[in-house]
Amino acid sequence: MARYIIKRILLAIPVLIGATFLVFTILFFTPSDPARMILGSSATEEAIEAMNEELGINDPFFVRYFNYMKGLVQGDMGRSYRNNSSVSETIAGRLGNTLILASAGMLFAIIIGIPVGILSAVKQYSKIDNATMFITLFLTAVPTFWYALILVIIFALKLHWLPASGMGVGLVPLLKSLILPTITLGSGYAAMIARTTRSSVLEVIRQDYIDTARAKGVSEKTVIWKHMLKNALIPIVTVVGLNFGSLLGGSVLTETIFSWPGVGRYVVDSISYRDTNAVLGSVVTLTILFTIVNLAVDIIYALIDPRIKSQYAVKRRKKHAQSENAV
Amino acid sequence: MHKAKTQFDPAVKDKQEQRTLFQQAVRQFKHNKMAVAGLIIILILLAIIIATVVIDIVTDQSFYNEHVIKQDLSLRLAKPSAEHIFGCDEYGRDLFLRIIWGTRLSLTIGIAAIFLSVIIGAPFGIIAGYYGKTTDNIIMRFMDVLLSVPYILLAMAIVAALGKSTINLLIALSVSGIAKYARIARASVMVVKDNEYVEAARAMGANDFTIMFKYILPNALAPILVQLSLGIGDSILAVAGLSFLGLGVQYPQAEWGAILTAARTYMLQAWHVSIFPGIALIISVIAFNLFGDGLRDALDPKLKR
Amino acid sequence: MGKILEIHDLKVCFHTEDGTVHALNNVDLTLEDGITLGLVGETGAGKTTLAKSIMRLIPSPPGKIENGEIIYDGKNILELSDTDIMSIRGQEISMIFQDPMSSLNPVITVGDQIAEVIQVHNKDLDKKEVFNRACEMLEMVGISADRAFDYPHQFSGGMKQRVVIAMALACNPRILIADEPTTALDVTIQAQVLEMMRELKQKFNTATLLITHDLGVVAQMCEKVAIMYAGEIVESGTVHDIFNNTLHPYTEGLLGAIPKIHLHEKRLQPIEGLMPDPMDMPKGCIFCDRCKYATERCKNEHPQITNVGGEHTVRCFLRQDEKGGEE
Repeated sequence: MARYIIKRILLAIPVLIGATFLVFTILFFTPSDPARMILGSSATEEAIEAMNEELGINDPFFVRYFNYMKGLVQGDMGRSYRNNSSVSETIAGRLGNTLILASAGMLFAIIIGIPVGILSAVKQYSKIDNATMFITLFLTAVPTFWYALILVIIFALKLHWLPASGMGVGLVPLLKSLILPTITLGSGYAAMIARTTRSSVLEVIRQDYIDTARAKGVSEKTVIWKHMLKNALIPIVTVVGLNFGSLLGGSVLTETIFSWPGVGRYVVDSISYRDTNAVLGSVVTLTILFTIVNLAVDIIYALIDPRIKSQYAVKRRKKHAQSENAV
Repeated sequence: MHKAKTQFDPAVKDKQEQRTLFQQAVRQFKHNKMAVAGLIIILILLAIIIATVVIDIVTDQSFYNEHVIKQDLSLRLAKPSAEHIFGCDEYGRDLFLRIIWGTRLSLTIGIAAIFLSVIIGAPFGIIAGYYGKTTDNIIMRFMDVLLSVPYILLAMAIVAALGKSTINLLIALSVSGIAKYARIARASVMVVKDNEYVEAARAMGANDFTIMFKYILPNALAPILVQLSLGIGDSILAVAGLSFLGLGVQYPQAEWGAILTAARTYMLQAWHVSIFPGIALIISVIAFNLFGDGLRDALDPKLKR
Repeated sequence: MGKILEIHDLKVCFHTEDGTVHALNNVDLTLEDGITLGLVGETGAGKTTLAKSIMRLIPSPPGKIENGEIIYDGKNILELSDTDIMSIRGQEISMIFQDPMSSLNPVITVGDQIAEVIQVHNKDLDKKEVFNRACEMLEMVGISADRAFDYPHQFSGGMKQRVVIAMALACNPRILIADEPTTALDVTIQAQVLEMMRELKQKFNTATLLITHDLGVVAQMCEKVAIMYAGEIVESGTVHDIFNNTLHPYTEGLLGAIPKIHLHEKRLQPIEGLMPDPMDMPKGCIFCDRCKYATERCKNEHPQITNVGGEHTVRCFLRQDEKGGEE
């Protein structure tokens, strides 16, 4: 197991380096004049030239990338062009908020999605199933921001139950302010999980080993929760992991709509100010977060799928066990 | 020589078989009422797009400028009425017409982005899957990198670099989707490439290019098409989302996401400006998702029952 | 010898979107204590449906048992409550499914899978005892007990089928239903598994319903045979009756399709044609389209199964007339 985890971590490192290179390259072409942004429009040409030199703007591409990576490894993402604040510090202050929102959304989606999907599959073609399919179809098609607007109109502006935006301070206000963003972010994700759960349970229901279990005299409850779910979980975990990326994407929109002080909103603000360093820092941070989640998914895989576990646990297996790269 | 080849060419027989498979898929698809409903909605949306294009060409955009772009502040945020069935937006423009004209940008960018992603991504996937080993490793590690940046964030970064415009939005979404379709194409090529007709083609002296695109691609196409059609809905939502953030379609062009951005400010005074474009989006995305689901069920023999 | 299982006039249909599939029609079958009954027929004849009906594992919908009764131990299985049938499954009647590759749950260790059936039917035993008994069962089918912690994918096909057999016999059932237990296996492994089954049957004196399409297996394993065609039993009797006194043209055809080692046949005689469409059964004899002796009567009238002496029964006008059997 430890060997498997270490191998996964080692595999993730080059991908992360590649990702920073990619994002750095893309943003390298952003037309911006950071020195003027920092110094203001009244600055002299000499001052701007000196500032450019200090920021390393005049250095060749690879030198700049190397310097950036050197800083990144030490946790330094440079300075914001907008207000000369440290990007790393700003992100550090906001990352927790993004994590709170993203985990709440994910948790909401899993807690709702998996049981609904199982119920729907076990009672295929029933009224419950039809209703679930209809609602999930709707929820996967609803644009996040529109859904958010409707929720805000109803629960904040009309009913005054919940705050329309911002992040509350203190536990109860925090939870209250978290409800609408969580539903906004998690609903589509929950619908996707429910649909995947349904179809993978339906796939498993047809397998012979389910009949074998029934033929043993096992109760239907045990058949569902022990024999079906454990097998159906593998594709569900894949979907949860793969779509965490769109959850992070969704959190950018959700944070913007609800004025949630997270990294996602920071990206959007920074793009409008052409604050390249800030954009770069936030995108890299969210990419690292995404990679960590995917890593976690890989590890969960190994825990639930004995075919991976035994590859690494049993000594007599081949040394270079094939890694499963197929989609 | 050439004649003799066509006679024994398995592709000839393949084609016949494919037609029957295709017919089977069509029959299966017709059976699925939801999917047919999706297809009908898609066709209606297509008709709307064509109609707006024709009107713009015939009237030399004067209708567009007169009714979709021109402001009339006396009708600011007017409620739905007989004259303006969806009401008017914050500049007094007819919301119904803006939504109708918005169809073009809202849908075509999303659809075009997916097609571009497939056209660029799939060949990489096919080459990787076909050659395997080092080629596969190099291509797929690059795709891993592309895939490691969340889709929307990658698109945002590209728009940030290129500047905010409709074309740049299209480029950004296309690039962000490449890796997904490369992976799908690779996986389905890996399934197909060991079939005997591929061996047979090789034995007959077909070169790699012919084998990949004439023998493997047609047989590996189904999963790619299914994922393509299932991706359109998300792509349309991404266009709207980025436009909502101000990173996509720019003022004063009509696009559903952009209309919603403006609507946000007035959501209490004028609910209709938020509701109608949202419904248009939902209906379109549902239509494409239903169509994609139907296509998957029709093409995936595993699910046939 | 006592009758342990009696099936009377069983009729099973599957109602699908495309129409109703008549899977079993008027099936009568008797199983006696300690006897192995071979149920023979080609793919799609309804053998597995019959087996699943006995276990009450017909998926419903779309399947429905329309008519008939299955009497086990004086009780009609079809009328038992869910709890009662659960206590019969695995303990009194167990079943081995066709494909050992898919009849074991891939995410549960084989030891646990065997232990499960023991635990379900012996709730008073503690976990350790149960597991020890599971290990004993493994040893009995020739697998070393230390492999109880392995997962199904670590076993070969033949080994998996041994595990399945161990599971089926773990509670010492009175009836074992084996659905083509060796079809998916290599020929040499087939022989080993069959040999083992025969030994175990003698040891436990289990009545066995052996489903197969291989008359060679029947000759080797069974005392009684029933021939099934398109959802009906067309001929039944002792092995001697069927092999040496073949009556039904279909049975004749089946025997003609076996190579005989002492004859230098140029070609085997296949049975021409296909089984009738189960959604559209012919009005007359179900075999008449493929029967070389078919008469006008066969096309219009449906023959009933008739005793022609001893235990030998047949469903054919021609042979009934020859033998002078009464309807």
